Parts: sequence; C-alpha cells; structure tokens
Amino acid sequence: METTAYILQQIVNGIQLGSVYAIIALGYTMVYGVLRLINFAHGDVFMLGAFFVFYLINKFNFPLVTAVILTVCGTAIVAYLIEKIAYKPLRNAPKISLLITAVGVSLFLEYTLSLNIFFTPNYIAFPRPFEVKSYDFFVFSVTNIHIFIFLSTILSLLLLYFLIYKTKQGKAMRAISHDQQTAALMGINIDNIISFTFLIGGALAGLGGILYSIAYPQINVFMGVMPGIKSFVAAVLGGIGVIHGAVLGGFIIGLAEVFVSAFLSSTLRDGVIFLLLFIFLLLRPNGLFGKRIEKV
Amino acid sequence: MKIKASNLLILIAILIYVLLKVAIATEFISEYLEQIILYTIIVIVVSLGLNLIYGYTGQFSLGHAAFYGIGAYSSAIICKILNIEDIYHFVPIIIISGVVSGFVGYLIGIPVLRLKDDFLAIATLGFGVLIRVFLDNSDRISDLLGGSRGFVGIPKITNLEITFFTVLILILLTINLINSRYGLFLKTIKSDELATSSLGIDVAKMKLLAFVSGCFLAGVGGSLYAHLYTFLHPSNFDILKSIDFLVIVIIGGMGSISGTVIASILWVGLIEGLRNFLPTEWMDFRWVIIPVLLIITMMLKPEGLFVKRSVR
Repeated sequence: METTAYILQQIVNGIQLGSVYAIIALGYTMVYGVLRLINFAHGDVFMLGAFFVFYLINKFNFPLVTAVILTVCGTAIVAYLIEKIAYKPLRNAPKISLLITAVGVSLFLEYTLSLNIFFTPNYIAFPRPFEVKSYDFFVFSVTNIHIFIFLSTILSLLLLYFLIYKTKQGKAMRAISHDQQTAALMGINIDNIISFTFLIGGALAGLGGILYSIAYPQINVFMGVMPGIKSFVAAVLGGIGVIHGAVLGGFIIGLAEVFVSAFLSSTLRDGVIFLLLFIFLLLRPNGLFGKRIEKV
Repeated sequence: MKIKASNLLILIAILIYVLLKVAIATEFISEYLEQIILYTIIVIVVSLGLNLIYGYTGQFSLGHAAFYGIGAYSSAIICKILNIEDIYHFVPIIIISGVVSGFVGYLIGIPVLRLKDDFLAIATLGFGVLIRVFLDNSDRISDLLGGSRGFVGIPKITNLEITFFTVLILILLTINLINSRYGLFLKTIKSDELATSSLGIDVAKMKLLAFVSGCFLAGVGGSLYAHLYTFLHPSNFDILKSIDFLVIVIIGGMGSISGTVIASILWVGLIEGLRNFLPTEWMDFRWVIIPVLLIITMMLKPEGLFVKRSVR
C-alpha cells in the first residue's frame, strides 16, 4: 500500500513536470515544422518567461492574470525578434549555419542576462503567487498547482489544435512544413507565417516558463538549458512536427525523469533521458507518431 | 631547388620547437606561459579532430568534448593504476587513450552517424550529457575517479617535447589522410552524400573513419591535458567545451588545417590574454562576445574566417 501510494504520487508529480515539457515541446515542434531548425534559443525564451513573470509580480506588483498575459506577449515578441534578427538573414544558408546561429543566440541570451547589470547568475527564490491548497485523494494528494499546470497544458494543446487545423494561418503552416517552395508558389507569404509561428512558439515557451517557476519556485538564467533540451527530446520522441506527439513525448520524459529521481538517483535522471533518446533515434527515428518514412 | 610542402612544414615546426625550447631554457617564458603554450597545442589537436569530423566530412557533432574527456579520464586512470610517472611509459598510454576514445567513437558512431544534421547534433549533444552524467557519478564505480569532486593527484608528465612531437606527428598524419583517396571521399561526402554513394563509395564506412579518427585525436589531446593540469573535473568536458572547439573549427575555417592551428592559438591566446590584462569582471563578457562573433561569422562567412570560399 505504501509503495502504491508513493508510485501514484510520483505519477502526479511526473505529469506536472511532463506538462511543462509538453508545452515547451509544442513550440519546438512547430518551429521545426516550418523552419527545419532546432531552435536552441527556445529554452532561453522559456527562461525569460519565468523572469518576466517574476519581475511583474514581485517588483511591479501586477496581479497574476495580468502578469501572465503580459509575460506571454513579451516572450512572443522576444521570439519574434530573435527570428527577425538572427534567423531570417540565413534563410538560404546551409542548415548547419542556422543551427550554429541558434546555439549562438542561446549562449548570447544566457550569458548577457547573467551579467550583474541584468539578472545576475544567481538563483532567485520565486514566492508562489497564490496559496498552495492540497486535495487528498485516497492515498495521494494533488495540489492546485498540479491542476493549474495540467489544465494550462491541455488548454493550450486544444487552442493550438484549433489554430493549426481550423484557421487559415494554420493551414499555411501545415503547407510550409510539407513543402516550403510549393507553399510559396501557392501564394503563401513564407516570412509572415514563419514569424507567426515564432510568435506562437514564444508565447508557449513563456507560458511554460511561468508554469515551471510556479511549480519549482526558483529561477536562474541557465534554467532553460536542460528543460529546453529535454523538451526537444520529447518532441523527437513523439515524432517531430506532430502536435499531440510533442505532448505525449513531454509526459513520457516528465514521468521518466520523476521516476528515475524517485527510485534510482536524481543525478542519473539526465543520463536516463538521453539514453531514451538514443534508443528512440535508433529504433524509431521518426518518433511515436512520425508518419514520414524518411531515410535518416 | 623546390622543397616539398610537408618537409617545409616539418622544418618550420622544428624551428618553432627550438625557439620555444630556448625561450624556456633562458626563462624568457615563465612556467605559467609554458603551460598555456602546451595547452594551446593540445587544443590544436582536439580541434583538428573536430575539423576532420565536421569541417571535412560535414558531420555536425556537439559532443566532441566528451571524447576529449574520455581520453583524459582513461589516461589518468591507467597511469594511476600502473603507477606511471615517467615519460617513456607515458607514450603508449597516450596512444591507448586515443584508441579508447576512438573505440567509444566507433561504438557511438555506428548508430549515430546514420542521422543527419540537426538530429546528429542532438544525438551527439545527448551523448555529451550522458558522459557528463557518467563522470559526475563516477565515484560510485571507484573512489579514484572522484565523481563531481573531480579527479585529483594525476602525475604531471606532459612536457614540451611529448606534446609538441605527438601533435606534430598527428598533424602530419591528418594531412596525409586528407590528401589521400580517403580524404577525397570525405570531402565528397560533405558536398553530396547521395552522389558519393552513387560512385560506389561506402558512405557509412567513410563517415565512421572520419568520426573515429577525430575521436582518436580528441582522446590523445585529453590524455596530454590530464597530465598537464593534473586535475580533471567533469565540468571541463561539458557542452560549453564542445562549443569551444566548434568555434575554433568554424572560425579557423571548415576543412583547413592551418586555419585550425591559427584559430586555436588565437582562441587560447585571446582567452588567456584577456584573463591577464582585463579585470575579472570583464571576463564575464567573454561569453557575450563569443556568440555574437559566431553569429556574425555565420552570416558573413559561413565557411570560416581563414578559408577561401570553396567552389560550390
């Protein structure tokens, strides 16, 4: 009974972490869909989301809802600017140049913001913006944070589904991810759609940052690195470019991480996740839901 | 009389060696500076390894520092266990460390090199993290390895002769490899993999050849490094270190050996030089400037700074 309760509790925690990974993975998978780029700076936009909401709530005393909306808009603009300044000039460059630029942008954001004139490299405690309430279910307990995070993820997944499959913009995005050149010939403005994708991706990353910093209440300029990479792993696991795949991948990674921490050792969790990635890349390089049978 | 290019290179190298030796003997160069010079030479050989993998063959790797670390740790372990402290016994150890790195590269390369571009990048990055996690937890295997506390008490063996001539020989071997048929195969794989395989060249095997050779060079560099600084820490072999080597290869020019050598000297010189002349607060700006440099290079000269634009 003890162990069952413990396992159930870990599942709840894993879903919480997985929700955050899922939300970040959505942004990765969308950008990858339209640009075929691992946007390494995505993890740093996530970090900015956490910092924005922290400053808005604790330094400028905004109410939570306003702070969340402003943060999401802010990170969307940051992602938009990153694309415009760093990625757009390389639209026709080799893929690797774009990838290296993405790594460069990521390092630049991290180390510039870690300067003492900005956010400093230290950990900052993030007081919870609302009271934590715990609800007991038989043997395990769920907090309102768990519920808040899970619902936010499901809600953004549904919104994204609507956006991609029911709107004209979404149709254009799907067209570009299929074949960029043909899409351009069909009269789709590629640059606009890519910018739009970055806006959505940035907003999702910002939301992820907010949720993460509420769940694990401390922030740091390098906090985006590992969640960023792990979320990309999640996107690969689910099949890159597939929306529900990214969410499922996020939950797998989140649960795997929590279970390894709980039953093996917390220092081994990163290793296990990348081991998972390795196995997946070997056995199913297209991920769980990747349809394209492409020789990789 | 015309001197062959490789002979000229050896001549220049020996001249540099004599100059360095004289400078050290007359104490013109301090011990600290000597250490930096040796480190520069090590950086050259490791970057050369990455250049072989990425610059020549076009296989993007973000986990090069992991192989450097494998070389360093295996060399340190072997020397500790066998109690090796003299230079004559050290020579085979250097080669063994390189081979260990190369062998791990072989095992990893077989599955991973099937992937391309960004998937290869994320897989090698993952391998880098895996090695880092392994090294951080290595004290569970043996207390000797130190885990996240670091590997201490490695005998100091590396000196100017061993570093200089090992690296010189490896550079010459690399030049030979590049100028051989195989070198040509590697370059064709970079330009067009499909066309290369249509010529009957075993692409997978050639990629593996480049990858294993590159890892071997990294392992040798790691071995020399371990016995130069006598202290190893997992954080010396993480992703930032991989990016260090990547920057050197990119700035020096992909597929340019002289470029790699120059870029390594500039890189270490810049970082160590800045450390001496600028106050410590300015050191924080290092990683602000480097990415900007990287992005601008990618925008203006994606083939690298010291290389002529290759024919496309």
